[in-house]
Amino acid sequence: MHPAPSVIIFTSFSGLGFGLLLFLGLGFPPVTGWVAFVFYAIAYALAVGGLLASTFHLGNPQRALKAFTQWKTSWLSREAWLSVAALLVMAVYAFCAVFLDTRLTVIGWIGAALSLLTVYSTSMIYGQLRTVPRWNQPLTPVHLLTLSIAGGALLAGQMTAAAALLALAAAVQVAHWQVGDSALKESGTNLATATGLGTPGNIRAFEPPHTGTNYLLKEFVHVVGRKHSRKLRMIALTLGYGLPVVLLIIPGAGHVLGLLAVISHVAGLVTSRWLFFAEAEHVVGLYYGKRSA
Amino acid sequence: MTELPASTQKKLGLVIDLDTCVGCHACVISCKGWNTENYGAPLSDVDAYGADPAGTFLNRVHSYEITPAEGPAQLVHFPKSCLHCEDAPCVTVCPTGASYKRQEDGIVLVNETACIGCGLCAWACPYGARELDALEGVMKKCTLCVDRIYNENLPEVDRQPACVRTCPAGARHFGDLGDPDSDVSKLVAERGGMDLMPEQGTKPVNKYLPPRPKQDRAEEFDILAPFLEPVAEDPKGFLGWLDKALERL
Repeated sequence: MHPAPSVIIFTSFSGLGFGLLLFLGLGFPPVTGWVAFVFYAIAYALAVGGLLASTFHLGNPQRALKAFTQWKTSWLSREAWLSVAALLVMAVYAFCAVFLDTRLTVIGWIGAALSLLTVYSTSMIYGQLRTVPRWNQPLTPVHLLTLSIAGGALLAGQMTAAAALLALAAAVQVAHWQVGDSALKESGTNLATATGLGTPGNIRAFEPPHTGTNYLLKEFVHVVGRKHSRKLRMIALTLGYGLPVVLLIIPGAGHVLGLLAVISHVAGLVTSRWLFFAEAEHVVGLYYGKRSA
Repeated sequence: MTELPASTQKKLGLVIDLDTCVGCHACVISCKGWNTENYGAPLSDVDAYGADPAGTFLNRVHSYEITPAEGPAQLVHFPKSCLHCEDAPCVTVCPTGASYKRQEDGIVLVNETACIGCGLCAWACPYGARELDALEGVMKKCTLCVDRIYNENLPEVDRQPACVRTCPAGARHFGDLGDPDSDVSKLVAERGGMDLMPEQGTKPVNKYLPPRPKQDRAEEFDILAPFLEPVAEDPKGFLGWLDKALERL
């Protein structure tokens, strides 16, 4: 899949933002007043900024409100509802915490649950697609959820929890890569089933339909070199998970090390998300002879 | 609404004969022509006369080479457009309801005034049947020429999808695949019509007729062969002398 910057920014930052809202809603840390204002400003900037970035890849963003209508079947529509609900409920909670110095515990819990559901609905937009076997696995929502929760814990300053959650998220990340690497092969879809002709190995794409490129090739047939993918995975693991954990478990880690851990995590997160898209093989590539399976 | 109808009264679709298709791309051109001038936003081209031309097409013809264990190799031309699936994954993922499957005839269409151009339906389609138009920002797909097949302003003979009407080889057939007595259904039964990517669970309405086996025709191709016999490997007489003389040089 084409790793569009708008979608990478959207899923990475809104995931972090809703992860932070989850912890704030649960009362970790139990902030009020100006400190709470700073926390909520960061959470909303990330969550709303991410959602706004997602509208940049739309062909006709002026009609975006229509995306609220099909919640019965569409995960994208559900995500629209859940994200707005989470942001509104948490806005009430944040207002009371910042200006009235009170924390409405139950509202916070509801907001936290909605934040988590928002991230789940985002993950299901990808996880539901049978056309992309690498995404069509139960670990996809687990991967995006653990990353969001771990990132949220990190931003919320929950040092011990963040270190443990990052380690868990790293394990899920590695498992997602491993299952994903053989997913296309195991899906049973290949050029022979795509065309109904021949058997795998004795059919070959001879001529593409056009001499030029097209939307399908640009959107779905991004190929990332295996060598680079291995290097990038190491970078994502080191920056996104390893280094932040090390920085967090240094005794007496203050704001400076915490900030470094956040910066490192974001760099690793964006790398991981770039790979999430760039490595995903859409089955339409088979028709163009662009998949080895 | 993006909920799929439980069943459709008709299953209009295409039957494409891979044995007959000669790969002339006339269906591609007639499709582009009709659908640029009629239903919905035109199919745009970008840099059409420049170095890197690209454009929106609803129908594309691939070519595949098959080398069976026995018998001659075959080149198969493979036209591909929307298969108007019964279980269309492109419809249910649409967040706005722009994508829908018609209850009356099973045609899958896009309401372009409701499409936000998010592209998710194209992601959900395993066949690459949907393309986001670069200029209009809306999703384009085969309409089965819904503005031809019911159009009483056209002569009856033209009330078929443009690709079917134009095909010079008669490789494309249009009809109701839900009716077991229709010509297309009989053709599918007779020739062993098949689904593309059945494992994706989309239940495509369009069917493909496999190429007939060519092995038993190998003899036929050899009518002129006796006149084209290769030169003898060990020549005799004058040629033998010449061969040896040249060898010695």
